Amino acid sequence: MHQDWIWGAVGGLMIGAAAALYLLANGRVLGASGILGGLIDRSGRNSTAERLSFLAGLIAIPPLLVPLYAVVDTHVTSNPVLLIVAGLLVGIGTRLANGCTSGHGVCGMSRFSLRGFVATVFYLLGGGLMLVLARHVLEVI
Amino acid sequence: MRNLFAFLAGGLFGAGLLVAGMVDTTKVQGWLDVFGNWDPTLAFVMGGAVLPMVFVWRIAARRERSLLDLPMPQDLPKLVDRNLVLGSLMFGAGWGLVGLCPGPAIGALGFGGWQVALFVLAMCAGMAVAPLARRGLDQLDTENDV
Repeated sequence: MHQDWIWGAVGGLMIGAAAALYLLANGRVLGASGILGGLIDRSGRNSTAERLSFLAGLIAIPPLLVPLYAVVDTHVTSNPVLLIVAGLLVGIGTRLANGCTSGHGVCGMSRFSLRGFVATVFYLLGGGLMLVLARHVLEVI
Repeated sequence: MRNLFAFLAGGLFGAGLLVAGMVDTTKVQGWLDVFGNWDPTLAFVMGGAVLPMVFVWRIAARRERSLLDLPMPQDLPKLVDRNLVLGSLMFGAGWGLVGLCPGPAIGALGFGGWQVALFVLAMCAGMAVAPLARRGLDQLDTENDV
């Protein structure tokens, strides 16, 4: 358990370093939902290549590190209905709110952005309520 | 250069998510499950990422252009509106349901099997219809104004 916290903090520092690099080198706020969403709704058509390059790194690099671990298991559900419903909620929600855990959470809160803090409060609230409902009340997960 | 640095930032972001264990949905759901076996890892991840970024934003504020001579981000609107609150609640609900948010979901595409791929596909579909949802909500507003 203690090791999880240490690796959490180390990984967190790496995430912060990635956000720092993207901000200082490219002049961009690192937000996963915004980078992908801007490609999908064409709102980011002036920076298509930059967005695709970011996503290419995000997709290509983690699998190279997976062999360093004995096991990497996402423990994600195999229920397709849950996956589709959750994916739709995350897709619509992050675009309505203009950000997710990286954009509003990491980059917004560190900038002392009111929107970042408000978004973080409400996605934690939404996540906590849904988890308690789905796991402890409805018992579907 | 711009694309190379974007690739490096994406790769480092993905590596950090993997090292932090954020691609493991049990850790994320463990953090949200305050009535279960609560897992505080996510707070360490968020803290590790936010604290250095506080200083980086100060450096960024002093710069007119980025290191690659690109424009720095504009000051954001401070507006807290219905879309921010409603969107974040919806995002949180989906996040809690399966334990994946956009970054780790995309980062786990290479090793997460069909489940992660299906989630990302549905997420992209949600992102595609989001402008319609936004317009629908705005329309409700104008109707209520009358």
